Amino acid sequence: MAKMTFSGEIIRGITKDNPILALVLGLCPLLACSTTLENAIGMSFAAWFVLFGSNILVSLLRKQIPPITRIPMFIIIICTFVTITDMVMEAYAPPLYDQLGIFVPLIVVNCIIIGRAEAYANKNDLKYSIADAIGIGIGFLIVLAILGFVRELFGTGGIALYGFEFNIPIEPITFMIVPGGAFMTIGILMAMTNYNNIRKQRKGVA
Amino acid sequence: MADVNLFTILMDGIFVKNFLVIQFLGLCSFLGVTKATESAKGMSMAVVFVMVMASIAAFVINTYILRTFGLTFLTTIAYIIVIAFLVQLVEFVIRKNSPGLYRSLGIYLPLITTNCAILGVVVLNTRLEYTFVQSVVHGIAAGIGYTLVMLFLAAMREKAEVLKVPTSIQGIPHAFFITTMYAMAFVNYFGVIPT
Repeated sequence: MAKMTFSGEIIRGITKDNPILALVLGLCPLLACSTTLENAIGMSFAAWFVLFGSNILVSLLRKQIPPITRIPMFIIIICTFVTITDMVMEAYAPPLYDQLGIFVPLIVVNCIIIGRAEAYANKNDLKYSIADAIGIGIGFLIVLAILGFVRELFGTGGIALYGFEFNIPIEPITFMIVPGGAFMTIGILMAMTNYNNIRKQRKGVA
Repeated sequence: MADVNLFTILMDGIFVKNFLVIQFLGLCSFLGVTKATESAKGMSMAVVFVMVMASIAAFVINTYILRTFGLTFLTTIAYIIVIAFLVQLVEFVIRKNSPGLYRSLGIYLPLITTNCAILGVVVLNTRLEYTFVQSVVHGIAAGIGYTLVMLFLAAMREKAEVLKVPTSIQGIPHAFFITTMYAMAFVNYFGVIPT
């Protein structure tokens, strides 16, 4: 493995280790919270905050946590941050909180966060763990935003984002808003990523 | 919300609000385990068991401990600990009784702890203020709905192995496309469009 750098770790989180497209983790919030772009952004910031907090704390405590009880410890650390997010969001952003529904407490069982704690923060320094959290967070945000954008645009015929709106002249396709549309969109997105990777590999060989 | 009849909860849990294809809960293990019907079956059984037990345990804890002592901010942590404990139990039982199944489930068995479907059932029970019987029925219904879709998809994916598809669609994207069809069926047959 090449030498680690701060910016390198951030970029790796977005591209090579993208939580959704490469690692296939955290699908539930991805599909459920991408009906509109606004929900998608709200969800990814909530998840980002939790990931950031848990990565920092796990990385700091990694010498103190005995290996045999590490998973329960991680879950309790993550739970703490989720409870904070839950309460803050309920108090300061009630409309978003209602929209995301049960997916706010369910950040606890988001595989991305526990996966990063186990695979990365538990083995690396604070500095790189922060970089990893930033990178993975951006990677998650990008995929969620793409999915939210596509589904809202075609499903409702326009985008409404924090008071800013624009419409396209098409008939809204309800299919994109119902669950089937979510599965199809992510399927196409993954197929496109695979296609791109295969093409790159072929070029590398030739 | 608390006076819904049991039949509605049962039907809602199985079809109308199916956990996998309508509410998107429990998708991580869904894609990993459905490669073979045998492991899908085992996984579903384990999930159903943990779901029902967790509904019971969570109701008791929520009503008699958390509410009584005003500790509702600990809800998430308490539920996760209960679920982790139950999963540990199931793991012991499966390892003892059917080692073959234990090997084929592999990493996904301990991962039931972090299966959103189970925490989802429990959190929904609390949010909708279901009574004890309603919680249990909801747990059973969610479990049956989960099993149904798991078995459908596993059977379909086994058959789809022999199909000739472009390399970039093979594997996970293909599974997603199959799931799209099921999700459409569930949405259309039961006339639900979640808003």
